[in-house]
Amino acid sequence: MSDSPVRHVSLRSGVYADSVRLMQVSREIGDRPGVHTVVVAMATPLNLELAAGMGLAPDGEAKPDQLLIALTATDDAELAAAVAAVDAALTARADRGETQTIPARTIGAGLDGAADPALAIISVPGPYAVAEAADAIAAGRSVLIFSDGVPVEHEVALKRAAHDAGVLVMGPDCGTAIVSGLALGFANVVRRGPVGLVAASGTGAQQVSCLLDAAGVGVSHVLGVGGRDLSEAVGGLATLDALAALDADPATERVLLVSKPPAPSVAARVAEVAQGLSVPVRSAALSPEQPDLTAAVEALLGDLGIAVPEWPSRPGTADAVPDGAVLKGFYSGGTLADETMLIAAPTLGDIRSNTPLRPDLDLGTDLAARGHVVVDFGDDALTVGRAHPMIDPTLRLEAIAGLAAGGEPAVLLLDVVLGHGADADPAATLVPALQSAGLPTVVALVGTEGDPQGWSRQADALAEAGAAVFASNAAAVRYALALLGDQA
Amino acid sequence: MTEPLGGLLSAPPSIVAAGVEVFSTALRQQGASVTDVDWRPPGFGSAEDLTQLALDPRRAAANRVAVERVLAAGSLLVDVRPAREVLDLPDRMLLHSGPPLTWETASGPMRGALIGACVFEGWAADVADAERILAAGEIALDPCHHHRTVGPMAGVTSPSMWMWCLEDPANGGQAWCNLNEGLGKVLRMGAYNDEVLTRLAWMRDVLGPVLQRAVRSRPEPLDVKAILAQMLQMGDEGHNRNRAGSLMALRELSPSIVGVDAPAQDIADVLRFIGGNEHFYLNLGMPTAKLAMDAARDVPGSSMVTVLSRNGTEFGIQTAGTGDRWFTAPANTPVGLYLGDYGPEDANPDIGDSAIMEAYGVGGFSMAAAPAIVRFVGGTVPDALATTERMYQLTLAENPAMQIPIMGFRGSPTGIDVLQVARTGWLPQINTGMAGRVAGTGQVGAGLVQPPQACFEQALAALAEESRAA
Repeated sequence: MSDSPVRHVSLRSGVYADSVRLMQVSREIGDRPGVHTVVVAMATPLNLELAAGMGLAPDGEAKPDQLLIALTATDDAELAAAVAAVDAALTARADRGETQTIPARTIGAGLDGAADPALAIISVPGPYAVAEAADAIAAGRSVLIFSDGVPVEHEVALKRAAHDAGVLVMGPDCGTAIVSGLALGFANVVRRGPVGLVAASGTGAQQVSCLLDAAGVGVSHVLGVGGRDLSEAVGGLATLDALAALDADPATERVLLVSKPPAPSVAARVAEVAQGLSVPVRSAALSPEQPDLTAAVEALLGDLGIAVPEWPSRPGTADAVPDGAVLKGFYSGGTLADETMLIAAPTLGDIRSNTPLRPDLDLGTDLAARGHVVVDFGDDALTVGRAHPMIDPTLRLEAIAGLAAGGEPAVLLLDVVLGHGADADPAATLVPALQSAGLPTVVALVGTEGDPQGWSRQADALAEAGAAVFASNAAAVRYALALLGDQA
Repeated sequence: MTEPLGGLLSAPPSIVAAGVEVFSTALRQQGASVTDVDWRPPGFGSAEDLTQLALDPRRAAANRVAVERVLAAGSLLVDVRPAREVLDLPDRMLLHSGPPLTWETASGPMRGALIGACVFEGWAADVADAERILAAGEIALDPCHHHRTVGPMAGVTSPSMWMWCLEDPANGGQAWCNLNEGLGKVLRMGAYNDEVLTRLAWMRDVLGPVLQRAVRSRPEPLDVKAILAQMLQMGDEGHNRNRAGSLMALRELSPSIVGVDAPAQDIADVLRFIGGNEHFYLNLGMPTAKLAMDAARDVPGSSMVTVLSRNGTEFGIQTAGTGDRWFTAPANTPVGLYLGDYGPEDANPDIGDSAIMEAYGVGGFSMAAAPAIVRFVGGTVPDALATTERMYQLTLAENPAMQIPIMGFRGSPTGIDVLQVARTGWLPQINTGMAGRVAGTGQVGAGLVQPPQACFEQALAALAEESRAA
């Protein structure tokens, strides 16, 4: 048996696979018993830094369009077998489709001849998303841009062009939409009905549509507009177009606008336009005065004359928390994180965050800071070069383990978002992590029974691990505050 | 009232997706029609430059203007005249193919053709004398493209050579090209022996004057574009295969040729020469493409390629949005089949203005019309179809006049967009002849070649720079 592992580091040109695919490959190879560490990734600066941190930096200059294959194994035989397994895993995809048809390489080529209505969905790396989106607009088709990292001036240019072309740009950084019953990106399996959502917030839209579903009310469409649409710079360009479209849609009887805290001037302009529409528009845009998405849903149910149901929940096992315990909110959904801080701040005082309510509360890069902390793991800065935490829970699981190891007494507050596109079984990785951490835990479980993961199935598994589970994030926050009770 | 967002809210949309696969999988599970784009990072170009061009508000309209001029262009054969008259070509100046070059940088076949032209014009007593005056800079060299002219292979055009004179009735343009000499030992391939010089003299003294009188005697100018359109339906692609086109040109011209008052032997020689040259039409097709591409010159904001051209040393391109500026890089060497005992080591790098055919959407772009061509590289019929399919993704329009039967009479892929070349990472496909690398050799084969990517990298950067300044 050899003492020191052997390593393989190589760069390949002309090979490309998306980050999700490469992560699947990395995981598959990492599961081999003889493999210590593995990085199979496009050689972006971030991935190179990652590899360097593992002592697996490639020699010479690497370019982002090259594929980095770096691994260590127990011995040469295991190493060779692992490299061969990487090849096999990568070519497994290339083998698909042996016909002579030439696939489209651009959105423009793909839309050529597509049946109408057609919609483009773009999740390529941010710097390249604009050209693809411009193709769709030029072809007179609406586009959903999942990618983040698109400069705001490009967003404005795209949205102006789309307005002129009579189409809608959903995004950038739009993770959630439901169009004519088709769930796009991260969206839940909800019933169809009379409520149209315009959402500058993906998880906000998911929370709202799931609660409506639980109350027996369906949605006509969920039109995501991207998290920056209601900022001063973008000025609500897509929100206004989406409102106009829903106003003209016979299936939409009421509209709910969901957003993180908007720029006041833009919110005012949108409200003014909304007043002129024939469809009634209610705003669930978060603010210190209106911190609660669940309350907005309940108000909408009131508009519809529908009784507010008891929102689904599961009791947890934690009853007492140690003196001096703090709130640790580890979120995958940015809007849910905002909602948590807005609801908790009046009780707890200042909460530090990587997406803080005030600039002076910025955590910077110290996600392990002590005190009341809410981290948005879905923030752009934490998803560069990796998948969204709804797909890849690694960073958050590490943070939970770190919190437990650090010994600071805390109540752990998490969101778990179900639906299309999300982790197929988030409880499977979360339950062992929670059991190992042994912290009092509260989970906001956003989803429906119809979701592939099943709300109850996930809720039961998490409750089994001792977590208190709530379909409403607002309810979860209030329960966590109650646990902190005396310390607050 | 029209439906909002093009009917998007009325029925589940069909989806075209680029990027992460998990979303497409989830959509298919919902029963949606999903087309996955085989997206990959651009072959070249910074994201900033690509975005700058993609968002340039002028671009869509400018490219439409440029390519519509190309599609609208016609090509009528109106005259045949000596280059001296047509071009006002001064003594001691030779035109050549491709971007500008000097004697020092000229390749073997280019040197061979320049030597042969100097002897042919009587500027040099022999080969050694020709080399001396060329090396001394006594002969001015200028690209054909700077004179509304194109020339196959070396493209060397001297004052005494006769030129096809073509006009575009749609845009009012003119373009010129010399007469094709045939295959094998020919000046354009760099050969300059007595056989070559004797043929050039006959073309000057017999072929040119007969063709001039024949063309002038026609009741209507010959529609050269119409022949090109028919060729694509007859197994030609108009660059490396011109068999049907050459026969059709002969058919159209022969009554007028026979009607010329000249010795019967000369008439017979002319008809035999044309009938024996499978590339006779090439020198009519090239100025036809040149007329169309010149019509698209100087359209600010357009990223369409107007010139693809090689001088045996460098490949050069121009675009509609950057005027007469050349973007050059060392030319690649074609891959293909070789004549006789010649092999890859005998082939010169890519040479000739004839890639104007690909800029116009025929030649390699219409490979599907002429599957025979892909056998140069051991390819199959599906390979030919695949090549044309790829070229559709590089181009701005389908030319309704140039239909490809096997593609369901789809129009040829026309108007190369530099931005699309960058985004797809696919380079234009060019079909070409191969000249011997040693001066005097002549043709060694034919095959396929692609431009160097560096030309398109420079063009992209220049277009982006122009766009920022606009």
